[in-house]
Amino acid sequence: MQETTANRVAANATSSFTEHLQRERPDLLPFGQGPFGHLGAAGHASHAAAPLQAPHGTTIVAMSYAGGVLMAGDRRATMGNVIASRHIEKVFPADQYSVLGIAGTAGIALDITRLFQVELEHYEKIEGTLLSLDGKANRLGAMVRGNLPMAMQGLAVVPLFAGFDRPAGIGRLFSYDVTGGRYEEQEHHAVGSGSMFARGALKKLWRPGLSEQDAVAIAVEALYDAADDDSATGGPDPVRQLWPVVYVVNRAGAVRVPDSALAAVAGGIIESRAVAQREA
Amino acid sequence: MTQQFYVSPEQLMKDRADFARKGIARGRSVVVISCRDGIALVAENPSPSLHKIGEIYDKIAFAAVGKYNEFESLRQAGVRYADVRGYSYDREDVTARGLASVYAQSLGAVFTAEQKPFEVELAVAEVGPVQEADHLYRLTFDGSIADEHAFVVMGGQAETVSEAVAAGWQGELDFAGAIRLALAGLVSDKETTTLPASALEVAVLDRGSESSRGTRRAFRRLEDADIVELLSEER
Repeated sequence: MQETTANRVAANATSSFTEHLQRERPDLLPFGQGPFGHLGAAGHASHAAAPLQAPHGTTIVAMSYAGGVLMAGDRRATMGNVIASRHIEKVFPADQYSVLGIAGTAGIALDITRLFQVELEHYEKIEGTLLSLDGKANRLGAMVRGNLPMAMQGLAVVPLFAGFDRPAGIGRLFSYDVTGGRYEEQEHHAVGSGSMFARGALKKLWRPGLSEQDAVAIAVEALYDAADDDSATGGPDPVRQLWPVVYVVNRAGAVRVPDSALAAVAGGIIESRAVAQREA
Repeated sequence: MTQQFYVSPEQLMKDRADFARKGIARGRSVVVISCRDGIALVAENPSPSLHKIGEIYDKIAFAAVGKYNEFESLRQAGVRYADVRGYSYDREDVTARGLASVYAQSLGAVFTAEQKPFEVELAVAEVGPVQEADHLYRLTFDGSIADEHAFVVMGGQAETVSEAVAAGWQGELDFAGAIRLALAGLVSDKETTTLPASALEVAVLDRGSESSRGTRRAFRRLEDADIVELLSEER
């Protein structure tokens, strides 16, 4: 194509914050260069000898209910066999109508989350309109793929994305693999090290047309089951008054479920399990 | 080869300034008012989608008069500047002062170095936790920057509009009062006494957005229905 001013302007016009950073400030991207890019070959050699120890976030569960979707994450981050944090949050509002939860290397996951939040807000401000839910899901997939070189070195991040599709009037749920592959999930899904136990619980507890309250209770119970069998997932902690982070997204937007409600739900589950007097 | 005529720098700058002023004077006015509830931005603008008022960041808004393509490119540059700064440092490190000085530099550079100056006038507004902490900056086509108190009026009939707004301004105004005052200013040079909601573009920077709406983003664009409701309230 001919190099005209109009062509140049069109090529530079982007509504994507990530693209803008790639062009102007690639050093700011969480996956701008490899984790040891600036260290050169020596960094690679030491990395190969001892795998990098970094905090990991684990189990995230999400499910649809009548009128929206819900996402919940436990509060534990682990580094090897050590608990790195009891307070970490892994579920975040992405914008007004969507949330994302991230399992994997915590440091990179938090940066990708921050970048994704700015990406959506940036688009909204530049264009004066919200991105479609599919558009948001695709952008997140591109970011996960951008992180692939780091995932190959063991710093993988696997998100779960949920949002309310306003034109369609339903809540939708997307999972990803490390290559950025995007899969729309029906009903419910879980990611992270405790996900297989959580998914088992979800299969038995979830049913169509759940109320919001029931969905919150089921999410907390699924996380409880994951924490029961997976040492990297933290259960509800009545001593420290720590409860999972739960967001519900419906036509009114994304709202965090208050701790008081979660304390009641978690208390109910702990009590019912104690009463049942069962080992597993 | 034709001989280049000598033009004195004074004459050159004066011609450019006159040219830019003429371009701006053709446009309709914008009023930015600081009040008790926050900052109200009101523009006379018949288009529902080509905005003169925009969100830049959490507490910062932008208003402009003049040539659409020129101020729109400045608005987008401002959003990029703010988002990069907030992403690389922290959200609270994005300030109207920083943004306004970047705008002043770009406008100044274009005014002296480019073929033609920008035919725009900008306002950058930042809402603070209390009214004394509000910032209103007014930027002109040559890169001059002014730190204004209480309100900013820009556009074709800025002087008449400004007089009308100055007569009615007080710190205790709520949003409805501030928007009514801006409207009174905007119609001060016309035969009619009101403008229909469809001819207005109104946005607010909400001082209490955290407590009332649970969001850091203070900017809210008002729909036509909201404007009608606000204006129909008891005076």
